[in-house]
Amino acid sequence: MFDFLQNLLIQTWQTVFIALRALRRNKMRSTLTVLGIIIGVASVVAMVAVGNGAQARITSQVSALGQNLLTVFAGARRTGGVSSGLGSASVITLADADAIAREVPDVVAVSPEVSATAQAIANGRNWSTSVIGESQDYLKIRDWKLSAGAMFGDRDVRGAAKVAVIGSKTANELFGPLNPIGQSVRIKNIPFTIIGQLDSKGAGMGGINQDDRLIIPFTTAMKRVTGEKYLRSVNVEVAGADRMDIAQQQITSLLRQRHRLAPGRDDDFNIFNQKEIADTVNSISTIITLLLGSVAGISLVVGGIGIMNIMLVSVTERTREIGIRIAVGAQAGDIRLQFLVEAVTLSLFGGLIGVLVGVGISRLIGVFANFQAVVSGGSILLAFGVSCAIGIFFGLYPAHKAAALEPIDALRYE
Amino acid sequence: MTTGTVMSTPVIQLRDLVRTYKTGEVEVRAVRGVSLEIQRGEFVAIMGSSGSGKSTLMNTLGCLDKPTGGTYLLDGVAIGDLSRKQLAKLRNKKLGFVFQSFNLLARTSAQENVELPMFYSHPLVSLRDRRDRAGQALEKVGLGDRRHHLPSQLSGGQQQRVAIARALVGRPEVLLADEPTGNLDTHTSIELMGLFQELNDAGITIIMVTHELDIAAYCKRTVVMRDGLVISDTFNGNRRAAREELVTLGQAQQKMKLA
Repeated sequence: MFDFLQNLLIQTWQTVFIALRALRRNKMRSTLTVLGIIIGVASVVAMVAVGNGAQARITSQVSALGQNLLTVFAGARRTGGVSSGLGSASVITLADADAIAREVPDVVAVSPEVSATAQAIANGRNWSTSVIGESQDYLKIRDWKLSAGAMFGDRDVRGAAKVAVIGSKTANELFGPLNPIGQSVRIKNIPFTIIGQLDSKGAGMGGINQDDRLIIPFTTAMKRVTGEKYLRSVNVEVAGADRMDIAQQQITSLLRQRHRLAPGRDDDFNIFNQKEIADTVNSISTIITLLLGSVAGISLVVGGIGIMNIMLVSVTERTREIGIRIAVGAQAGDIRLQFLVEAVTLSLFGGLIGVLVGVGISRLIGVFANFQAVVSGGSILLAFGVSCAIGIFFGLYPAHKAAALEPIDALRYE
Repeated sequence: MTTGTVMSTPVIQLRDLVRTYKTGEVEVRAVRGVSLEIQRGEFVAIMGSSGSGKSTLMNTLGCLDKPTGGTYLLDGVAIGDLSRKQLAKLRNKKLGFVFQSFNLLARTSAQENVELPMFYSHPLVSLRDRRDRAGQALEKVGLGDRRHHLPSQLSGGQQQRVAIARALVGRPEVLLADEPTGNLDTHTSIELMGLFQELNDAGITIIMVTHELDIAAYCKRTVVMRDGLVISDTFNGNRRAAREELVTLGQAQQKMKLA
């Protein structure tokens, strides 16, 4: 039994060896054929990596907004047909925010938001930045960490304390290398004490730099900076991803009721649902990945046709050899296997190099495009498996043709 | 039938063998009813002009082709009933082929060419046995020192010897040779016939197709075909002995050189 297995192994190896030798005899031809598969596999690997990279990047941007975030924006203010953008209408009040926190069961935390652009002066420098009023829960809602210091608390909000948490870019502009914690910054001539510094988050959706801001209690902001009674928006954290839609519905009906909107009238606010955006973005980028992958897949099929072509030529050229093999006792199966192994060797070889080239291209894209292409093990395995399958599929017909040759005809072939 | 000597069952029995080809509308009757018995240990020449059906008969004997009528028993087995796969096994196990154009695998060493039939034999032959048996077969045809030469590095006679070694390596019942001297010069042809006679003396049955009378004269029996039928079947009373002729030939050449 052991001998039998050993011999079978030898037989297999010899078949592969014969295939390799046959391929080596036509180096140029084999190389060009393999090139077709290399290009196909490499482009599948690279394209899928680019697609995955884009998806990962967009997903991380969306999730950087926070966990299970709903943002209720005031509607656009219209003056004579000109819209001033979301949040500009004066409709959402602090009472609305309180009502959301109190009456919607799945709401975990709420942060009313007001904002203004203001000149901040500190350390002898000045810098125009966004001053944003929030509640003590804002960082938790946005899943944002501090790199130093602490966030203001419930008492600071209630007491409208003159404290601020500073964005990393703002800190850099105003204080340079100095530690901003404990320093004083003047906004509209009112001194605020910096008690914390935000982690850098980079550009958010829409390209706004989220690191250039000062966050202060919304009470302080309304009283001393904006001077308005209305909120720009309300940030709401919901208990779980599966509760997002229901919470959105409940907030909508709550606010419609509070704003006394008759049925049929449009909402005077908008709710930004993070999950919805994430889902949309995800499905779009999945489609793009599929599209890129399938375009690349076409080149893989073309490569397969190249293999088939070359195998057919090879069968014709080696008709006599096939005749000799049949004459000395090779069975149809032996001949079929030989040519199949040759085709699969070509495609596997192409697959192997293609994966390497594909990974290389993905890396290169990562370097030049400031964009991390994600090569997944799955796509490598898939490309490899597909190239193997292509070898079998496109090798089958030529192999079958070789095996079906009549021995006398094959021997007489010139 | 003139098979005088009483022996065991013939290795080859043909009864009314017919082989017709259809090329379009025309039906070509290449072999039109041949009955023949060949015993173990015989050395038969099949002769005839081109179109006499001798090559078709040879292909059928070699199980490369199936008869369209009559019966062919090889070692008692009717090959008309066998599948392609079974025919392949039969060729591998019981037959050895030698062709006019040698039909060696190009760019493949003599050793590997000889190993080829064992690559397809069942049960499998181990790698070492293959090498040993191929080596022995090459020794037998006098090419023990040419194992690693490629066909392109060998003379015509040497290539044909490699082909004979390949035919012998599977220890076949019958060696089939189709115009084996057709591409060789006279001297090499005689040498080759010497090898065949040697192998035949050692007990191997040989059937050879030729159209040269002087080559047929080295065989023990001559079957002549014309128009798909056997027209004569005779035993050679005074067959030529290649070995002795080579010695005389050598001496004659020597005299020529001296003169």
